[in-house]
Amino acid sequence: MNDRLVADLAGLKLDNPTMLASGILGYTGLSLKTVIEAGAGAVVTKSMGLEPRMGYLNPTVVQTDCGLLNAMGLPNPGISHFKEEMKQLKNIGVPIVLSVYAYSAQEFVEVAKTGVNMGADAVELNVSCPHIEKAGAEIGCDPTLLTEIVKEVKKAVNVPVIVKLTPNITNIAEIAEVAEKAGADVITAINTVKAMSIEIETGRPLLANKFGGLSGPAIKPIAVRCIYDVYRSVDVPVIGCGGVANWQDAIEFMLAGASAVQIGTAIAFRGPEVFNSVTQGIDAYLKRKGFKNIEEIVGLAHKY
Amino acid sequence: MQVHSRKWSPVPPEFDAINRMRITEIVDVHKENRDVKTYSFVDKLCADAEPGQFVMVWIPGVDEIPMSLSGITTEGRTSITVHAVGEASEALHKKAKGDQIGIRGPFGNGFVPAEGNVMAVGGGTGLAPLMPLTEKLVEIADKVIVFSGVNCRGNLLFVDRLAEVLSCVDSETVYTTDDGSYGIECMVTDEVEQKLKKEKFDMIYACGPEQMMYRLFQMTEQHSIPLQASLERIMRCAIGLCGSCQIGKLRVCKDGPVLNSGQLRSVKEEFGKMRLDLTGKRVKLQ
Repeated sequence: MNDRLVADLAGLKLDNPTMLASGILGYTGLSLKTVIEAGAGAVVTKSMGLEPRMGYLNPTVVQTDCGLLNAMGLPNPGISHFKEEMKQLKNIGVPIVLSVYAYSAQEFVEVAKTGVNMGADAVELNVSCPHIEKAGAEIGCDPTLLTEIVKEVKKAVNVPVIVKLTPNITNIAEIAEVAEKAGADVITAINTVKAMSIEIETGRPLLANKFGGLSGPAIKPIAVRCIYDVYRSVDVPVIGCGGVANWQDAIEFMLAGASAVQIGTAIAFRGPEVFNSVTQGIDAYLKRKGFKNIEEIVGLAHKY
Repeated sequence: MQVHSRKWSPVPPEFDAINRMRITEIVDVHKENRDVKTYSFVDKLCADAEPGQFVMVWIPGVDEIPMSLSGITTEGRTSITVHAVGEASEALHKKAKGDQIGIRGPFGNGFVPAEGNVMAVGGGTGLAPLMPLTEKLVEIADKVIVFSGVNCRGNLLFVDRLAEVLSCVDSETVYTTDDGSYGIECMVTDEVEQKLKKEKFDMIYACGPEQMMYRLFQMTEQHSIPLQASLERIMRCAIGLCGSCQIGKLRVCKDGPVLNSGQLRSVKEEFGKMRLDLTGKRVKLQ
């Protein structure tokens, strides 16, 4: 293990600062295992709810310029069916973060508690899905609701509570402060950017759900700005997410204020190997620039 | 000194092109039998497809489904063969020449053609991706045997096309039906088993119901013959991201859909037994 690369997210220790973003793979224990074996410092599961959900009809994922547009509709088997999958990840040596979505504070608590009992090392509250009614970004844009949810989950579990924010809001820094005040241990910025694509020959929206969330390189500058804003407004660690495809992107996120980065879309065109290559790139950069560890570069761009 | 260079586009252009939704017109509809139709369209990227690769077919307003290619030509005239079994395939069955569909792909790993004495086993419409494969096999293999198993005479498909493809080489075609209305009355795997006792094979290819392929896997393992089998799972993204098609540590859309013996061994806890349903829950294979 290389000490230079260790990331500390409110007590959650990562051997390296790369994480699998929620929604990518992550239905089964073995699929998460492949990502861990490929070098991810932590993995985030698919968002689990209380009840099973089939998600939307296809097309659910479509290619756009420099990115992917998706409206999966949070398909998941329901938290109770995730027990077997979590079992396969016992003693894997890498933090497993359970992503949770729900419709009320009480549901968030129930799913989070169940997941922690199954062995989740942290929970990430998905209050930012752009394509689900009443369970996603609507919560993440409502300070009162968000406060209640974060407070209740914090009371119920003894692991770090991460709150994943939406960029589809006027002021992300404000809502980050709300989450921190309510007790969030870590902030993830950002979820996908609400977007749409219309196929011109048929005149139809491409996604069956009509609109969805944009990910990939297209949203990276938005993510950098959001990380920068959030870092400035809160004291808790920030996880950067949104368009990281190589180590340079990861470094840019860290300079903006990210203590770790989540990777998702890039797996489509770089394979799970992307985790290892990003980690190696970060390491080489730190060495070349004479930094002792990641902490030394987190938020460094703010001095200018 | 330049410390590091950055490529302008982080998404490889080839990836971008293949994954883009292309709208294409159906140029021909051919009825194979009472439940099965073959749809032809022209797509440049599919001209380079390997047999066994698949495309995502968008039926606007209905759904998008994975379909392996039943015809591949260097000019880009491509076909898919559709059995009307669900909402999407039934909607596709209502499509006519001139109607528009969307295509993404081709995706995944196809069959790797082998030399020597080779066998292809198709169960039902599983014969579809074995057709362009057979067209390649006749060019390099010494002998090609094709097994086609269907329920009954009314479900036969590609009979004339197979006869034509295999006409100029050392070959054999074996038809089996469950009810004996055509060919031999038995499960196709029973007939394959008999064949394996008599002849040595260098490679066996399979596509069809998973139970059939699992049985073939057991037989080929026993006889130490390499197998390549095309698996079917729920597909959404088709680019290895969403996890819908996960089997063991493999993603059928990316690592498959054609898996070789070694890969099948690595997923034998699930192969022939389990799949993920639309919610991502593990369910028993029917």
